Amino acid sequence: MSLNPEYLKEERNQMWRAELRSKTKNKERMLIQRVKMPELAPAVRVKHQDREVNMGLELNQALTEAARCMDCVNPTCIEGCPVSINIPKFIKYIEQGEILLAAATLKETNALPAVCGRVCPQEKQCESRCFYVEKTDKPAVAIGHLERFAADFERNSGSSNIPDTAKPNGIKVAAVGSGPASLSFAGDMVKYGYDVTVFEALHEIGGVLKYGIPEFRLPNSVVDFELENLRKMGVKFETNYIVGRTSSFDDLREEGYQGFFIASGAGLPRFMEIPGENYNGILSSNEYLTRVNLMGAAMDDKDTPVLKGKNVAVIGGGNTAMDSVRTALRLGAQRAMIIYRRSEAEMPARVEEVKHAKEEGVEFMTLCNPLEYFADEKGRVSGMRLNRMGLGEPDSSGRRRPMPIEGSEFELDVDLVVVAVGVSPNPLVPSCLPDLKVTKWGTIVVDEEKMQSSISEMFAGGDIVRGGATVILAMGDGRRAAENMDHYLKNKSNQ
Amino acid sequence: MNKIIEKTYFSDKVVQLVVENPMIAKSRKPGNFVILRIGEDGERFPLTISDADPVRGTITLVVQIMGVSSSKLVALEVGDSITDLVGPLGKPTHIENIGTVLAAGGGVGVAPLLPIVEAFKKAGNRVVTVIAARNKDLIILEDEIRKWSDEVIVMTDDGSHGRQGLVTVGMEEIIQREKVDECIVIGPAIMMKFASLLTKKYSIPTQASLNSIMVDGTGMCGACRVTVGGKTRFTCVDGPEFDAHQVDFDEMLMRLGGYKAEELRATEIYSQKL
Ligand SMILES: Cc1cc2nc3c(=O)[nH]c(=O)nc-3n(C[C@H](O)[C@H](O)[C@H](O)COP(=O)(O)OP(=O)(O)OC[C@H]3O[C@@H](n4cnc5c(N)ncnc54)[C@H](O)[C@@H]3O)c2cc1C
Ligand SMILES: Cc1cc2nc3c(=O)[nH]c(=O)nc-3n(C[C@H](O)[C@H](O)[C@H](O)COP(=O)(O)OP(=O)(O)OC[C@H]3O[C@@H](n4cnc5c(N)ncnc54)[C@H](O)[C@@H]3O)c2cc1C
Ligand code: SF4
Ligand code: FES
Repeated sequence: MSLNPEYLKEERNQMWRAELRSKTKNKERMLIQRVKMPELAPAVRVKHQDREVNMGLELNQALTEAARCMDCVNPTCIEGCPVSINIPKFIKYIEQGEILLAAATLKETNALPAVCGRVCPQEKQCESRCFYVEKTDKPAVAIGHLERFAADFERNSGSSNIPDTAKPNGIKVAAVGSGPASLSFAGDMVKYGYDVTVFEALHEIGGVLKYGIPEFRLPNSVVDFELENLRKMGVKFETNYIVGRTSSFDDLREEGYQGFFIASGAGLPRFMEIPGENYNGILSSNEYLTRVNLMGAAMDDKDTPVLKGKNVAVIGGGNTAMDSVRTALRLGAQRAMIIYRRSEAEMPARVEEVKHAKEEGVEFMTLCNPLEYFADEKGRVSGMRLNRMGLGEPDSSGRRRPMPIEGSEFELDVDLVVVAVGVSPNPLVPSCLPDLKVTKWGTIVVDEEKMQSSISEMFAGGDIVRGGATVILAMGDGRRAAENMDHYLKNKSNQ
Repeated sequence: MNKIIEKTYFSDKVVQLVVENPMIAKSRKPGNFVILRIGEDGERFPLTISDADPVRGTITLVVQIMGVSSSKLVALEVGDSITDLVGPLGKPTHIENIGTVLAAGGGVGVAPLLPIVEAFKKAGNRVVTVIAARNKDLIILEDEIRKWSDEVIVMTDDGSHGRQGLVTVGMEEIIQREKVDECIVIGPAIMMKFASLLTKKYSIPTQASLNSIMVDGTGMCGACRVTVGGKTRFTCVDGPEFDAHQVDFDEMLMRLGGYKAEELRATEIYSQKL
């Protein structure tokens, strides 16, 4: 998805933008230091599962940071954003003090800016392509912080406007799953006038945003606000509804659904299949995070239990691993460790999560790989054996392949282990649609432009297509699927 | 939706509920289960669908009071609704005409056994069923089981009903008497373990329906994992029925105890609240 350069130029040439540029010299802009996100102190935050670590920018901080942006002729940052947000435009609106207009700009292309501002790996996306990074040795404009600021400002202002929707066309479409891909799909389809229902297997809407990403990083209230907006726009939600099980695709066709968007995510947790992995106290990050985030297991009045550990090992180096290890700390772990078989440079987690985890006292045992677990007489894990790894030649992912170092084995006392070594695509939908083309990994095959699957009225996106990606990529897929399903259904009805 | 329209006590601990849910009533097959949640603070827990009436749009659940969640469910009255109910989950039982089927149910396991017995009978098999419990009060659904079985043996630990002895005694008697082509066992893990050891001795293919601890029931968390034939499988999506002779029952028993301390605490707090 890219923005038309002509349109970008036209917008950049608007009077207010030109005036704003001339008001402050570029040299002065470049002297401003990058803003620091106000954070809850590590000693305080490790005691609270439900208090957000990043507290958000103050208005004056946001105004100053916005002034760092040079409003470049050639805004390369936009190329780094998977949904091509018009970044300079929204930032200049902030500099101008028109925060609500900044928020409206974000919403032109991003259905959930308050979410993305919090969870996007900006350092790999927009901010990695910022002028400051590409042409100077200064840090990028804090695009993510500003995005969050504008979205939060709008939400807290109470004046968030519900986008206009076209006249209802009476055509029913279904979104399967309620993660970010489906939510952005639903938002766009309802704008086009469709009768949209989102079906979710769990009892809560939001997918990973609810069951996976913890409250200290993404408060549920932020997600709920966006869901409420979608409801107001007319999107219907059905929880406790597993498409393909509760009823079949044929049942839904009979009920009049003409288009389907499959965004059932990558739900299946992987284990390492090493000895002792089924002992009690060894669980997948999905189980651990679901118990705590979706079921509220850390709270006394909730029935769902969660095992607590003194010495907790989390296996993996992604966001899921960081979320799990930081959750363990908040649930009282004395020692919380990340065990990762490559080096820190290869960790897929967001840089900010790694930084936060370190500040909170997480130990990073990189270049270590688990071999086996031990348990006490009741079957509860009590220890593990690992070996150290060295880095060999680059593998297919371009990262250097970890190789075990002979004779480097050692043991560690642990009483809780969270396995966060990845997930596989949810096999449920493909298993009930024999005609649906899938790859050997179980991801759904789609036309990359249109997001259309081998069954023409079925589109797909998010992790079920990409195997495991990001919130923003999932949302981008949802938007593209909506646009193309709209064309498809209109063409069909014209024939 | 999810309204309770009938409630029958089989004993003070075992209750049958008929619940309105037309979609699940229509799509469920023998062997499927549902996941329930009672109230906003409730946990998700599984129960087998023991019967369904697609015309009335109802499913039947039989629940034994164990701890907090089952107590909360049983505390609901006719007219109340279950907060969350999702299904049908799990793979349905593989039903075919194979000859003689020996079905064995222990305790509340008789409830999930019922639709399977019915289906095997309807598929043309000879069905012999052994139902067992600790005592007379805990024997459930005897009449319904009789309706779909060619023969029924009732066993109680204390001899207060039927014959005295464990389920395996009744099973072995049948096995020694006639050729059994397939066995299906549902009940407490320990009962399934010994039933499975018995049929292994006689090389009779046996299916066991496992009652692992679950959270989502959709294959997302791995809480329900069991080792079958040396491989890790998820009970909720790969099961709940597995080749009993391949199941590592000792590991399963260990995993069932994984939250014992937490469950006991929760049950104490809950009973203090009452
Ligand atoms: C712990 C964790 C932390 C993460 N952190 C980040 C981060 O910081 N930044 C980032 O960009 N990305 C992050 N990710 C990745 C990101 O969350 C995912 O890429 C994204 O959520 C994928 O969205 P999706 O819409 O494809 O599916 P999901 O969010 O996975 O949602 C799929 C939903 O579909 C439901 N479903 C499945 N089958 C059916 C069916 N048959 N019928 C009805 N419903 C069904 C599932 O229950 C689920 O709720 C993280 C992921 C995890 C697990
Ligand atoms: C696929 C499946 C189908 C099931 N069908 C039925 C059914 O039809 N009727 C029925 O009464 N029960 C059934 N169960 C068992 C039922 O889910 C549990 O008894 C219930 O979750 C206990 O919850 P609780 O909060 O009341 O008790 P808890 O406080 O959680 O547990 C109390 C006691 O029960 C034991 N326990 C906990 N979970 C289970 C479990 N999953 N299986 C056996 N013992 C357990 C604990 O070890 C503890 O001793 C099924 C389980 C599975 C996995
Ligand atoms: S959505 Fe993500 S990539 Fe795009 S501007 Fe916002 S933070 Fe950057
Ligand atoms: S219950 Fe979560 S994967 Fe089976």
